[in-house]
Amino acid sequence: MNKSLKAKIRCKKYRKKILEMSQSVSALHIGGSFSSVEIVDCIYNRFKKNKDIFVLSKGHAGILQYVILNDLGVIKSKDLKNYQKKNGFLGVHPDYGSPGIMASTGSLGHGLAMVAGMALASKNKKKYFYVLLSDGELQEGSVWESALTISSLKLNNIIAIVDNNNLQTSSWTTDTHPTLYPIDKKFKSFGWETAKCNGHSSDDIYNKVKNRSLKKPFALIAKTIKGYPVSFMKNVPKWHYRAPNKIEYLKAIKEINNL
Amino acid sequence: MRNVFADELYKHAIKNKKIYILVSDISPAGNMVSFQKKYPYRFLNVGVSEQTMIGMCAGLSIEGMKPFAYTISTFALYRPFEMVRNDICYQNLPVTIVGMGAGTIYSTLGGTHLTQEDISIARSIPNMSIIAPCDPTELKDAINYCCTKSKSPVYLRIGKSGEKSFTKNCKNKWKFGKIRKISSGNDICFLTFGPIVKKAFDLKDNLKAQNISTEIYSCHTLKPFDYNGLRKIFKKFKLIVIIEDHSKIGGLNSIVKTHAYENRYNGKIISYSLKDEFIHCYGSQDDLLEKHNISNKKIYQNIIGKIK
Repeated sequence: MNKSLKAKIRCKKYRKKILEMSQSVSALHIGGSFSSVEIVDCIYNRFKKNKDIFVLSKGHAGILQYVILNDLGVIKSKDLKNYQKKNGFLGVHPDYGSPGIMASTGSLGHGLAMVAGMALASKNKKKYFYVLLSDGELQEGSVWESALTISSLKLNNIIAIVDNNNLQTSSWTTDTHPTLYPIDKKFKSFGWETAKCNGHSSDDIYNKVKNRSLKKPFALIAKTIKGYPVSFMKNVPKWHYRAPNKIEYLKAIKEINNL
Repeated sequence: MRNVFADELYKHAIKNKKIYILVSDISPAGNMVSFQKKYPYRFLNVGVSEQTMIGMCAGLSIEGMKPFAYTISTFALYRPFEMVRNDICYQNLPVTIVGMGAGTIYSTLGGTHLTQEDISIARSIPNMSIIAPCDPTELKDAINYCCTKSKSPVYLRIGKSGEKSFTKNCKNKWKFGKIRKISSGNDICFLTFGPIVKKAFDLKDNLKAQNISTEIYSCHTLKPFDYNGLRKIFKKFKLIVIIEDHSKIGGLNSIVKTHAYENRYNGKIISYSLKDEFIHCYGSQDDLLEKHNISNKKIYQNIIGKIK
């Protein structure tokens, strides 16, 4: 089986697991998690070597990170079952110290600076630092402070991926700040190498990252669809938070199975 | 103090390659230039980017390094507050955040450059320790603690320049988390921290002329506070005078009075803290403090009135 097909199968499994969990707890950020599935799958299953580090700066997709870490055997199934529950230790946003979690995130605009510090500590070592940001997160000034610092310090082992789903909590990111776009040119003007890709194509993500020059820090703008691939979730703001009811759940599972 | 900070940290950094210092657009003091030249990757000026400075210190610490963040206190603590809270304290990382020129030291720069409530803010963050050395000698001990022993976040509140050393020959050793007797006496007790300790020593001499004997303590560790030490002071003295370059809310005044109430202390406590007001005046630091009723003359008169 080729790598692309394997990735597709894994991503189906991850989305179904998230939906399954949505039947016992609410406030899941399904939309923003679904837009990142192929990206985070690619980081964990295709890029990341043991010593490499991944920080989920868009911490609201924590459930996705837990599901993948569970699949990799880092988070135990019994702990995943207690997600958001009284006796559990996994909350909506990732906490430093939980298995496989390298930084506490949840407030946006923190991940990039922490990754910069980690990369500085490992300067000149063959160790790569992956960080996933949301496009809404780019409205935080701290992101641009860090983007500037990273390129000035030539921390070229940092790979920042932007989940460009064009939506934030209740509005289109393109409406809130139309001048944020095109994102790749912003990063480029801050001294980064950039590329754009289809954020739902594992191969496109993989190839764009692999083909980077390593002469600059690298930002990949991954075009995604919030809620992808479920028809009634795609680009619908309420799925930023909402957990599906039983009928919606079954419909979503069916759509994913038929992909 | 900033020169001593730079020189002392540099000494530690030569021995310990895990020590990093990230500064935010601040003029180099003491040996900072040598540090920067010798270890360009361990001395970084991130520019006017305090949020990144704190976030990077968290990242360095997660990777096992021993980072210091250094700038003027208001920019070290207030500007990047959420990074201090989430990245450093919530993750409980051994990062030292150095707030230089704290309190009313930058007396001509206006309220934007003063930190009259920094201890109050830092104290309320879980995991955060606060050290405010009274002179360059205590600062050396504090740096040694931060470099070699500290395993959690520290807010190190320091002065700027020209501070005299009062504790060079003090026989009581500096110890993290302990109130330190730095001058002995019998009648009244001064509790203080930071460079404003100078007032306590000036007053000690003045009061001596009136046959009033004064004991002075440096409460250099504001958190965790040495409540055992404080109870011993409650037992020994019927008049306690607090002098602090900080708001009456949340600093030494609050710490001592809350504990006095809980322990039914029946002596008198007089506090000289900053009012809960922004400072819109200029001049020397003493000029500013005087506007908030913190002057040697007022303290002296008040003590004489209380004793006689």
